[in-house]
Amino acid sequence: MKVTMAHGSGGESTSKLIESVFAKHFHNEILDRLEDSAVVDGSSKIAVTTDSFVVTPIIFPGGDIGRLSVCGTVNDLLMSSSTPKYLTCGCILEEGLDLDALDKIIESMALTANEAGVKIITGDTKVIENKGGEPGLIINTSGVGFIREDVEVPGPFNLKGGDKIIISGNLGDHHATILGARMGISNNICSDAAPLVEMVSKLLDNGVKVHAMRDVTRGGLGTVLNEFASSSKCQINLYEEALPVSDAVKDFCGILGLDVMYMGNEGKMVLSVAAEDADRAVSLIRSSKYGENATIIGDVVKVNDDDDIKGVILNTKIGGKRTIGLMYGEGLPRIC
Amino acid sequence: MCVAIPGKVIKIDGTKATVDFSGNIVTAEAGLVDVKVGDRVLVHAGCIIQTMDDKLANEMEELFNEIEDLTV
Amino acid sequence: MANKNFQEIIDFLKNYDGEEVRIMEVCGTHTAAISENGIPSMLSPKISLISGPGCPVCVTVTAVIDKLVELSLRPDTTVLTFGDLIRVKGTNKSLADAKAEGANVRMVYSPMESITLAKEDPDHTYVFAAIGFETTTPVYAMVLKEAIEQDIKNLKLLTSLKTMPEVIRWVVNNGGGIDGFIAPGHVAAITGSDVFKELSDELGIPFVVSGFEGKQLLMTIYALVNMKGKKGIKNLYKDVVLPEGNLKAKEIVDRYFCPSDASWRGMGTIPGSGMMIRPEYSSFDAGSMSLDEDHMPPGCSCAKVLVGKVKPYECPLFGKSCTPDNAHGACMVSTEGSCYNYFVSGRR
Repeated sequence: MKVTMAHGSGGESTSKLIESVFAKHFHNEILDRLEDSAVVDGSSKIAVTTDSFVVTPIIFPGGDIGRLSVCGTVNDLLMSSSTPKYLTCGCILEEGLDLDALDKIIESMALTANEAGVKIITGDTKVIENKGGEPGLIINTSGVGFIREDVEVPGPFNLKGGDKIIISGNLGDHHATILGARMGISNNICSDAAPLVEMVSKLLDNGVKVHAMRDVTRGGLGTVLNEFASSSKCQINLYEEALPVSDAVKDFCGILGLDVMYMGNEGKMVLSVAAEDADRAVSLIRSSKYGENATIIGDVVKVNDDDDIKGVILNTKIGGKRTIGLMYGEGLPRIC
Repeated sequence: MCVAIPGKVIKIDGTKATVDFSGNIVTAEAGLVDVKVGDRVLVHAGCIIQTMDDKLANEMEELFNEIEDLTV
Repeated sequence: MANKNFQEIIDFLKNYDGEEVRIMEVCGTHTAAISENGIPSMLSPKISLISGPGCPVCVTVTAVIDKLVELSLRPDTTVLTFGDLIRVKGTNKSLADAKAEGANVRMVYSPMESITLAKEDPDHTYVFAAIGFETTTPVYAMVLKEAIEQDIKNLKLLTSLKTMPEVIRWVVNNGGGIDGFIAPGHVAAITGSDVFKELSDELGIPFVVSGFEGKQLLMTIYALVNMKGKKGIKNLYKDVVLPEGNLKAKEIVDRYFCPSDASWRGMGTIPGSGMMIRPEYSSFDAGSMSLDEDHMPPGCSCAKVLVGKVKPYECPLFGKSCTPDNAHGACMVSTEGSCYNYFVSGRR
């Protein structure tokens, strides 16, 4: 069975699609009421975010667009030191999309939401004509998180001299998975799409002095750390030898001439942590799901004069220093 | 100008070879070289451009031998 | 010397205080590897590295881009290309701009994929944007061989193929005093190191064939500093580069391609510096003849950068109106381009 334009008509077919796919997987006491808007309990201060997801292929090793759409929004909420609570789900389906694939994707969204401890409380579905190519879907999720009153992670402007930079795991897995599928390079690399709830909770519950925290998604580590460095007016020294990258991803980058510093991830975060707390932070992340390869990759040097802002410097394996600038373009494979 | 990295031939089918780069599997054109399963090869833009002589693999010692005559 | 350890090489390069040495790498992949390894930071100020005309995207003239754009806008034609070329501007637009207007442009990993695509859709014409140096030309030759064997009529190449020896001569005769060349390792894998030995004898400048690892490159630079003023060749990439190169590849290139004049961005036409499809196979040519026009944006110093007369940051546009996101010259577009590499890695 395929998605047809009738599924978006608002009539009988739409109701059937909602019942048989969305309501089946998402059901919870709030969503089940199927009212015009979801009415939920609140908190004095909330974090709100929204993100849209477009990816080809829609199902890939290690995940699918559904899991991605939950992880992306949940992780954004976590980075504002909030506890993710509610998600909305807007789906735009392309005519011709396989209903089994859709079912799998929506089930995956539900499972991921469950894993992350969030409820999908309202949703919407539309169907658009297929403009050629493999029919896909676009998912938008908005999220609400309750701000934790007990802790505060100030953000990218708050790096302190002497801080350690910690990455929660291997770099580039998601990017290599997606690009490999598109470029016809088969490999065992799996997307890292994951909600980072456990590791963030452990860090904050245990009072680790986190000065800045960001999920590393499109644009890669290089892009996030540049933002840290310029917002905080500091220099970040990275050590190439310390960067966790699997051999498979290293060679994947080699084949296509890509730079792992700019490879996208969907289940990684980078933190700037007070030096005295750094080892403890690494242990806490390592003891959490998806954090087994967490490690310290660099440190922060504060500069006083604006002219001295050096950005992000990578100390290479052979003893050289290389400035890691912002990413330009779309990270296209380089062949010749 | 010419991105190419070494991989290992794991299968040959006519003029096509399957090459493994740490788990990344690429089908490469093998018509430019004489190649057998197990060979280390250099692949550029989907084509094996050279087989690699393992005996001469870039050990530092080899490199030092090559520049032995240069005095500082 | 044989027992010299690597640390001594590093110390030598850092503390070198002899005559100034200007070394040119003529391979975009070397340019990228030099930046990625942070090698400029490891060299004494007396050793300068200059990025030569070895990034195929950077040396492609605007007429070639314009032709590709024109082809891609035909409803019955798809242009297949490597990634980097998509963003290079022609006279008015890039392939990326054309794609946004609905043109058929597709990025592929290997030219060999064009065979499969052409077979799947025999009523549609596929044109491969065949840019590259000696390393990539044999790949295009294999495409032609298969197309002929399988009687595929809807696949063509738009060629802008370059060869190294003539442009190296041109750089030496027009450039700013190069003391040594890092010979392009993967070009040499095909052509053999003897080609560079002959060039060295002729020009009286040393050449060292290098691999792409940081250590190999440092050894190469060390060798070139010590060879300054003498002709000679060293091969530090022996497991890949033979004196005679890849004979099978050279033979097949010869079967389908012949030497030709070629136009280089900002440098004009250099006689004998390119390859064209042989006249007997011209039905596979998508119109590559006489694509010589080249519109350099006003103020763009790409030409001088490519021959080492000025460093990228000495161009008046560098980092001001010309950045990777809004590149005037191709050197700022390609991730192998010298301007791009200087810009993103803050190299000086």
